[in-house]
Amino acid sequence: MDNANQVDPAKSAELFILHDQVHEPMHDRFLWATMQRRDAEAAAIPEWEELREIASKIKEHTLTHLDHYLEAFEANATKRGAHVHWALDAAEHNEIVFSILKDHGVEEMIKSKSMLQEECQMTPFLQSRGIKVIESDLGERIQQLDGQPPSHIVFPAIHKTRKDVAELFARSVGTDPNNDDPHFLTEVMRNNARPRFLAAGAGMTGGNFAVAETGTFMVCTNEGNADIGASVPPLHIASIGIEKLVPRVEDLGVFLRLLSRSAEGTPLTQYSSHFTGPRKGGELHIVLVDNGRSRRLGMPDFWHSLKCIRCGACMNTCPVYRRSGGLAYGATYSGPIGVILDPTFDEFKYSELPFHSTLCGSCTDVCPVKIDISDQIFKWRRVMAKKGYLPLAKRLSFAVSGHVLGHPEEYHAMEKVAEPAIDYAPHFLLYNRSLNPWGRDRELPQIVKQTFREWYLANRS
Amino acid sequence: MTTQSEATNHKTISKDMRIGLFIPCYIDMMFPEVGIATLQLLERLGLNVSYPLNQTCCGQPMSNSGDEVNSAPAEHLFVENFKEYDFIIGPAGSCVKQVRCHFDTIDQTDEVKHIRQHTYELVEFLHDILQVDSFPWAEFQHSVAIHNSCSSIRGLGIAKPSEIMGVPFDKTANLLSKVKGLVLVPVDRPDDCCGFGGTFCVTDEAVSARMGLEKAHDHLRHGAEYVVSPDMSCLMHQQGIARRVGLNLKYIHVAQVLNDGPF
Amino acid sequence: MSTFKFSREVILGTIRANVPKQQVEHPQIPVFQHPDRPLKSEFERRLQQAGGASHDVGTMAGAESKLMTLHPGAKVICSAVPEIAGTRRVEKVRDPHELADVDVGIVRARFGVAETGAIWLTQEDLVVDALAVLSQHLIVLLDPDQIVGDMHDAYRRVRLDETSYGCFMMGPSATADVEATLVHGAQGARSLNIFFLPPHSAPPAN
Repeated sequence: MDNANQVDPAKSAELFILHDQVHEPMHDRFLWATMQRRDAEAAAIPEWEELREIASKIKEHTLTHLDHYLEAFEANATKRGAHVHWALDAAEHNEIVFSILKDHGVEEMIKSKSMLQEECQMTPFLQSRGIKVIESDLGERIQQLDGQPPSHIVFPAIHKTRKDVAELFARSVGTDPNNDDPHFLTEVMRNNARPRFLAAGAGMTGGNFAVAETGTFMVCTNEGNADIGASVPPLHIASIGIEKLVPRVEDLGVFLRLLSRSAEGTPLTQYSSHFTGPRKGGELHIVLVDNGRSRRLGMPDFWHSLKCIRCGACMNTCPVYRRSGGLAYGATYSGPIGVILDPTFDEFKYSELPFHSTLCGSCTDVCPVKIDISDQIFKWRRVMAKKGYLPLAKRLSFAVSGHVLGHPEEYHAMEKVAEPAIDYAPHFLLYNRSLNPWGRDRELPQIVKQTFREWYLANRS
Repeated sequence: MTTQSEATNHKTISKDMRIGLFIPCYIDMMFPEVGIATLQLLERLGLNVSYPLNQTCCGQPMSNSGDEVNSAPAEHLFVENFKEYDFIIGPAGSCVKQVRCHFDTIDQTDEVKHIRQHTYELVEFLHDILQVDSFPWAEFQHSVAIHNSCSSIRGLGIAKPSEIMGVPFDKTANLLSKVKGLVLVPVDRPDDCCGFGGTFCVTDEAVSARMGLEKAHDHLRHGAEYVVSPDMSCLMHQQGIARRVGLNLKYIHVAQVLNDGPF
Repeated sequence: MSTFKFSREVILGTIRANVPKQQVEHPQIPVFQHPDRPLKSEFERRLQQAGGASHDVGTMAGAESKLMTLHPGAKVICSAVPEIAGTRRVEKVRDPHELADVDVGIVRARFGVAETGAIWLTQEDLVVDALAVLSQHLIVLLDPDQIVGDMHDAYRRVRLDETSYGCFMMGPSATADVEATLVHGAQGARSLNIFFLPPHSAPPAN
């Protein structure tokens, strides 16, 4: 099978770990600390588990009535003066955005963070058509300058050290490579971005939630960059996934109490901004994007992933993500949520992702909207196995062990001739002793002279 | 062998109840002492236990890899072996989780349903069903860090996951606290996965090993002499790592402590 | 978009074909009771955690003097409140770009939220939305009697159908994008000071 296109997260994670003794431990430590803050904030809310259940139900209700709420949102946003567009896929989204920008003669656009725009690969598309695109979120800007996608949906550059950033800024904007003080580096980009906000012909944002009953959409940031992009340039374009709908204003109370506590262990993001129609003297375009979501709604095992509010808590809590770094997933969405979303875009390319998990289940328990992430990872493995995408080593050994394990006489015959017993173990545990991945960092269990079965036969029969 | 009189401190299950002992394949071959401890402990508690000789494996390695086709023969054999028993007890959280949660692609006959409902991990059986409140024969003069496996915590509910808000509980700790001399030490990341993950430990070797190493350091940092777990598979991985880098930690199954051996 | 005029129907059609059969009801959102919640002190504690500060300025004169203490070097003070004149009235601003040089912006918030330390600002309060984020520093007047308990209470008060922009602002602009180190003043205001002051009934200054 041609696997040139296939992402290999295990290999990439290994490179991240072996790269040096700094990056992976730092990455793990920061995200673990974020989880600790999240736990403390959640514990301070007596109704936390009740809120998760309500949030989950609101999302399930919305998704099972999605056509109705999308039409209501469109009607109410239009009534308030917004222009609403519908994009079937990434290409349409990008074309729509480009044509709005072209119609307004925009040459330079400043944007805040939007995973949907990442998903659509919008920035390279617009740049190839001559539009200058500046990321205004600090983490996104760092990644843009480094030519990398975000490695985390909330902390895009969390895998980088301050030294990495200082060196990057020295190369790209000419600052002192030895000054790696985060305050300095943040100030550099504040001063770098200000003139761009003022010069931009348009500001783009994503949308965290869209409220059907009022035609409002919400954007949550800590920097206030989305608000500058929306309030200074004359044109505001927002890209919103169709699954972002909630029915009512009061629903936002539930989601905002959960979102930032889950994401970063703070009660809210610094700015929770609500846009209902264009600002005074401005123009507002909303692009509602499908890009596979309506199809996913029809997947019985996987449609619950549409409940996701993009908090990133599953990534922070994931022991595998923390050791791998987000770039190892080779996809727009990384971590546990990425493992269940990415295959809906390309099953073969992302066929290894569901195996990059210990199925520990922490993601399911942390999810503020109760997506059964771990179970979905398990179910994606079944999909990949059916399609024949199981890693080769597993396929070979399972064909042997699957048969033997169903036939006790063969099993015990093998157990008997295999001296010591460990020589049999590879068939279901160690797989391939010539590669011996078990033994690279581990000793083998000590050899026993008598199996439990032999002991039992000698002592109890 | 102990007498019935030793086991008066628990909710007795009728002598007529048939208890099937489920010894996962890797315990059979690599950790027979865990199987012996489990059997002896259940016998001490006055139960009628037998070990079906035709058992092999529950099918978990294939099932967890999504391979329903190759896990099905093992699952059918498991059902055949244990269908006559009132309770099936196994000293391995992840294997019990496999039976309870993932025997869902084979035909859901009455026998399969019975087995999925009556297969228990040892700790939850002692804690919830037998409600054992003392282990007078057991003594363990050591400091112990508990490693509850992810399958046991999040699959079977033997301890509260740290992500879920509410009153903390830990059934393993509860049982171990009844053992004379044993001192439980808290750790920084009690329910962060150790990286075993079944096939994951070989297909994702680098990440798995890093997780296991950090787990061992967490235990060592808090002065644990022993790491005790209801899942020997996690311990096999952790022990392999600790031995490779020469960390002075010992790894044993909770049954060995509760039964006072064999070690 | 004329090119994609069928996409709307295709998307809605696919949704209707695929929507899960089980229709889930919208759940009731209960009123969560937190008796004896000390609203003002909880608000202040949360505000502080978010990097903001609060001051019991007492009077308009007290507000003026606190403003001078906090921002002694401020050249451009753009006010949207009648209580403090500032050096520039936001009502006179025609285009948000004119706010690029503002050192201190002053605005009154409708209410605050104890649970988070956030305040609610709308287009009507700011007059020009950009005042909230282009000002280097922000001062927000807040009536201490206008603090609600939690975000559910907060959303019962907001009227999203009556304003084009509304923001729960919790402290100043912040980022932790470099080595998870918290830094204030990423893109929006570098500092946020809340002055507790009930609205004044006198006519606006100027």
